[in-house]
Amino acid sequence: MFTHKKRPWTERLVDSAFIRTTAVLASVVSLTVFGIFFTVGFQAVFQGDLSSLLPWNPDSIWQGIAAWNDEETFGVRWGAIPHFGLGFLADSSWNPVRNDYGALTPIYGTLMTSALALLLAVPLGVGTAIFLTEDFLPQKLRTTIGFMVELLAAIPSVVLGLWAMAMLNGFLAVFTPLHTYLGWLPFFGTQPGGPNLAMASLILVVMLLPIITAVSRDSLNQVPPELRQGAYAVGATRWTSIFQVLIPAAISGIVGGTMLALGRALGETMAVTMIIGNSTKLSTSWFAPSSTIASLLANQFGEADDIQVSALYYAALVLMILTFLVNICAQFIVKRLALKYD
Amino acid sequence: MTTTQHPLAASGLNYNLYAPRNLWNRAMNLLAALFSAMAVLPLVVVILYVLYKGGGAITPAIFTELPPPPGLSEPMGMGNAVIGTAMVTGVAALVAVPVGVGGGIYLAEVAKTGWFAQSIRFGVNVLAGVPSIICGLFIYALVVNTRILWGESFSAMAGSLALAVLMLPTIVKTTDEGLKLVSQELRMGSLGIGASRFITITRVVLPAAISPIATGVVLGIARAAGETAPLIFTALFSPFWPDWLSGLGLLAPTATMSVQIYNFGIMPFVPQVQLAWAASFILVVMILAANLLARWLARFSAS
Repeated sequence: MFTHKKRPWTERLVDSAFIRTTAVLASVVSLTVFGIFFTVGFQAVFQGDLSSLLPWNPDSIWQGIAAWNDEETFGVRWGAIPHFGLGFLADSSWNPVRNDYGALTPIYGTLMTSALALLLAVPLGVGTAIFLTEDFLPQKLRTTIGFMVELLAAIPSVVLGLWAMAMLNGFLAVFTPLHTYLGWLPFFGTQPGGPNLAMASLILVVMLLPIITAVSRDSLNQVPPELRQGAYAVGATRWTSIFQVLIPAAISGIVGGTMLALGRALGETMAVTMIIGNSTKLSTSWFAPSSTIASLLANQFGEADDIQVSALYYAALVLMILTFLVNICAQFIVKRLALKYD
Repeated sequence: MTTTQHPLAASGLNYNLYAPRNLWNRAMNLLAALFSAMAVLPLVVVILYVLYKGGGAITPAIFTELPPPPGLSEPMGMGNAVIGTAMVTGVAALVAVPVGVGGGIYLAEVAKTGWFAQSIRFGVNVLAGVPSIICGLFIYALVVNTRILWGESFSAMAGSLALAVLMLPTIVKTTDEGLKLVSQELRMGSLGIGASRFITITRVVLPAAISPIATGVVLGIARAAGETAPLIFTALFSPFWPDWLSGLGLLAPTATMSVQIYNFGIMPFVPQVQLAWAASFILVVMILAANLLARWLARFSAS
């Protein structure tokens, strides 16, 4: 549209080269996403490194696949997916000695810590967001508190983990009475004596709060003031208008922020690794040490070899698919529930 | 605030203190205040605790000495980790900023719609949601395990690449959003007086959007400096100074402050734990500074 036919050829060359370069740079993003899925998937299916994809490599998997029918001795070194299949997801044994792996415990730990954390963080976060968008406090103070909550999101998770380890005894002092009086519930069934799943959930709450608060606050701020004025005009109290008008109008942002936080919780690594106890034994109790997929990776990947590496990549693939689905759902929900004001 | 006068209230038009709706209202006010206090409390506690524990461990030697061997308490420093964090994060920014800004320019200026741009937007969203430890595993398989970087396995460069993957979506997004805020008249004016698209974008549009982009880059770098999970299998750790002979220190394993917090924080030795707190202090102060800088940048652009 804006191209000038009589422009000097040098300028046109620079222009088209620039446009091409930005296109290439943009496609790096898509290539990276594809590369991550491909690499993790490859390592989960095959043992051996990525260079065995090259046909001229002596360990090439193509040779192995070609020779598969002739002689089994030249067969491919298959990884965890062919070995364990879908049973991997339902098997709770993680035994490096017998090379028998199943990811049920970390999958359960991942889902349970995230669910517990969301259960606590959503009311707290949305409550804070409401508090910060109403006129309880002067505007300046509200901005400051909002800024402070956002700062919490910037604190590195490893620092939170270190802090949580220092607070270990404080956590235990809270958990022990719960076990003493409610120990008959399976969730409180273990005597809390060290790092455990409940602590990891509490640390996750601290990490999720700023995300949920920030996103909910933004979407509550975007609700047109006429809606609130209308509610007040027909005699609604403050909280009737919040529950019946403001929250329904902002629900897409709130749910979207919650899903975003869930994605973060599923993949959170360092703080959880430092405080969950890293046990691969399945337990229904929240006070028993457990593990999440991310903590399993952080804890075991360094010392793993052969099929264990492949099993860890399989677990990583499960984690990626989980977070991918959560993110897709978040985008879909935000688009679907968003109210249009014309 | 009492905006309600219940017509059926026994006391006429006065605010009825004990009407159920008013009781409910006040209870909810209290609950919201309580929730906010509970949300802000951990922040205050964490920051004060880190400043208290870490601030006490900060000495000049922290920046000039190496960490002590396990069991000893001398020397007491982590200069290698400070340099390592600067090096790894700096190289990551050098990789991620050109790619991210270029990608953002493409999305905002070149192809706003169409299947290719849509697929890249989708890719940015997916990449933003990829757990950071997976970035580490990806670079491990791609760079470390295949020894693609001049036969070296664990290296600062691999750590930088993992951090760059992590920073990329943030930078693309902020560039895209920042460029969208630039008014269309600026572009039209520039093109109207005969400037080419290249000149329009680099001389007119980018400078107009520089402050939101800079804000995003500063926050992205600060976030990346505190990341641990992508580094533990890529840059690994090292108790020594960077080996300047191997690719200016980029091709050897290197210590970083974030990995040091993880490694030393779980050790049973007092000096090591103290160094972990000192590293936390430096990281937290740095991130507070970056956030203040970003706010200042935003205000700078508003005026």
